[in-house]
Amino acid sequence: MMKPSTRRVRAIFRKELREYRRTGSIVGTMAVVPLIFIIAPLARAFALPVSAAATLRHENLLVYLMAIPAIVPATLAAYSVVGERQQGTLEPILTTPLRREEFLLGKALASFIPSVVVAYAVFALFLACVELFAQPVIASALVRGPELLAQLAFTPLLAGWSIWAGIAISTRSNDVRAAQQLAGLASLPPIAITSLISYNVIHPTLRLVLGFGIALLLLNRVGWRITSKAFDRERLVTGSRSRGERQT
Amino acid sequence: MSDAPALSVLRLSKCFGERVALDDVSFEIGHGEIFGLLGPNGAGKTTTVRTLGTLLSPTSGSAVITGIALAPENGVAIRSRISIMPESPGLYLRLSVAENLEAFAELYQVPDARSRIERALRAVHLIDRANDACGTLSKGLRQRAALGRALLSDPEVLFLDEPTSGLDPVAARDVHELIDELRHRGVTIVLTTHRLDEAERLCDRVAILNTTLRALGRPDELRERLFSKTLSVRTVAPLPDPGAVFDACPAVDAWREVGTASYSLVVSDSIVAPPAVARALVSAGADVLSLGESHHSLEDVYLELIDQGRRPTP
Repeated sequence: MMKPSTRRVRAIFRKELREYRRTGSIVGTMAVVPLIFIIAPLARAFALPVSAAATLRHENLLVYLMAIPAIVPATLAAYSVVGERQQGTLEPILTTPLRREEFLLGKALASFIPSVVVAYAVFALFLACVELFAQPVIASALVRGPELLAQLAFTPLLAGWSIWAGIAISTRSNDVRAAQQLAGLASLPPIAITSLISYNVIHPTLRLVLGFGIALLLLNRVGWRITSKAFDRERLVTGSRSRGERQT
Repeated sequence: MSDAPALSVLRLSKCFGERVALDDVSFEIGHGEIFGLLGPNGAGKTTTVRTLGTLLSPTSGSAVITGIALAPENGVAIRSRISIMPESPGLYLRLSVAENLEAFAELYQVPDARSRIERALRAVHLIDRANDACGTLSKGLRQRAALGRALLSDPEVLFLDEPTSGLDPVAARDVHELIDELRHRGVTIVLTTHRLDEAERLCDRVAILNTTLRALGRPDELRERLFSKTLSVRTVAPLPDPGAVFDACPAVDAWREVGTASYSLVVSDSIVAPPAVARALVSAGADVLSLGESHHSLEDVYLELIDQGRRPTP
C-alpha cells in the first residue's frame, strides 16, 4: 500500500476545522457537554468535609471524567461520512486523487485533535477548580499521580475508539441521525467500564489498567481496519454495494 | 500531442445487481474534443461518467483514460488527470468560494495553489466573489464555482455531468460560454446533458445512449443518417399544378403539400435541387416567399432514436 499523502490528509483536516469554526453549534456542543460533565464531581469535591479525605483516597472520582473523550468525538465522527453524503459534497471529493486512507485519516484527525484538546482542557479546568476552591486535604486526596497518568494515557485511546466506531458507522449509514445514535451507543462500553471503576464497582489494579489499555489499543487498530474496509466508494456514491472489486 | 485518443471505451458494461445500467458501450474521444452523452433519465450517462471517473467498477469491458487503463490500481493516477463536475455542485456551503477551491487544490496537490485558484476563479468570472460563503451564492454562481473547482488541476479530460441542470437561461448561457472558452484552450470535455440545444451548440460529436449506445457521430452526420434531405417551399398563392412544377426538377425525389401554399420536397442532392426548383417556380409564374433546406434538429434525431428503442419489434 502506498504511503498516505500528508498534504491530502491535512487538506481534509483543515477543511473540517474550518467547517467546525463556521458552525457555532458544533463548537458549542463540544465545549458545553464536557463542562456539564464536571459539575457533579466538582460539587462533590467542594461539598466534602475534611474528614472525608481518607475515604476519598480509596475512590476513583477522576476516572469518571474519562467518559469525556469517549463522548465528545462520537457525534463528530458519526457525521463525518454520511454528513458529506447527505449534503452532496462526498462525490466531488471522491473524484479527486484522494485515497480512502487519506480521507479517513483526515476525518479521524479532525475529530481526534479537538476532542482530545477539549478533554484535556476540561480536565485541567477541573483540577484547577479543585486546587483553588476545595479543601487542600480533599484536593490532595482527589488528585493522585496514577490517576493523572491514567487520564493522560487513556484520553487518546478512548477518543480513538469512539472515532473509529463513529466513522465506521458513518460509512455504512444512510441517515445522519441514525449514525449519531449508533455512534453514541458504540461509545458506551468503555464509558461503562470507566464508570464502574469510578463508582468502585471494579477495583483498578495494575493488571486491569494494562489490560484495559491493551484492549483499547487493539480496538483502535481493529477499528481502523474495519473502517477502511467499510469504505466502499461505489456504495457511498450509488447506495449499492460493489461486488468485491478492489478500489483505490 | 499523441495520436492516441484522450479516452477510449471498449464494450463497457455496468450492472447494479440484476439491473443493467450500461450495456456494451464503445466509443473514442479525441484530444480537445467536446463529446456529448445524450439520453433520457436512467440511460446510463452518469454511470458512464462515474465509471470512467473510477467511482464505480465496471462489470465488464475496458477503458483507457489519458493513456491509463481503467483498473483499480490506477484509480489515483486517473483521477489526477481528469476532473469531474457532478450534477450537484457539492460545495461546502459554510466555506468561501476560495476556501472550497483551496481544499481541492490541496487534494490535487497542485503546485502554486494560490495562483491556480486565482486563475480558476478568473476563468469562471468569480474572482470578485472569492471570499463569499458558497451558501450565499445563487445556483448559477454555485455551478460556476464548481466549474472553477473542476478546472483547478488543469485536467486532460473534464467530465461535466448536466452542468446546466436547473439553471435559468441566463445562467445556462454563462456556463455555455465558459465551456466554449475551454474548447479554445484545448480541454477534452465529456458533457452529459438532456438539453439537445446545448449539445448541438457545444459538442463536436454526440453519443445517444439508452443503456446501449444508439448512435454516435457529429450532429449533422446523425441528421443525414436518419433523415432524408428536404426542401421547404412557400409561395404567395397555392400552385395550380404543383406536380407539373416539382416532378420535372432534377434531384427532387418526392414532394407533398404541407399546408396552404407550402410544400416539402425530398431531394437527393441539396446543391442541384434548390436552383432547379427556383427556376421551375419562376417559370410557372409562382411568387416565391421562401425556399430553403429543412433543418432537422438534434432533437428530431434524438426523439427518432429513442422512439425506435421504444417501438416493439415486429
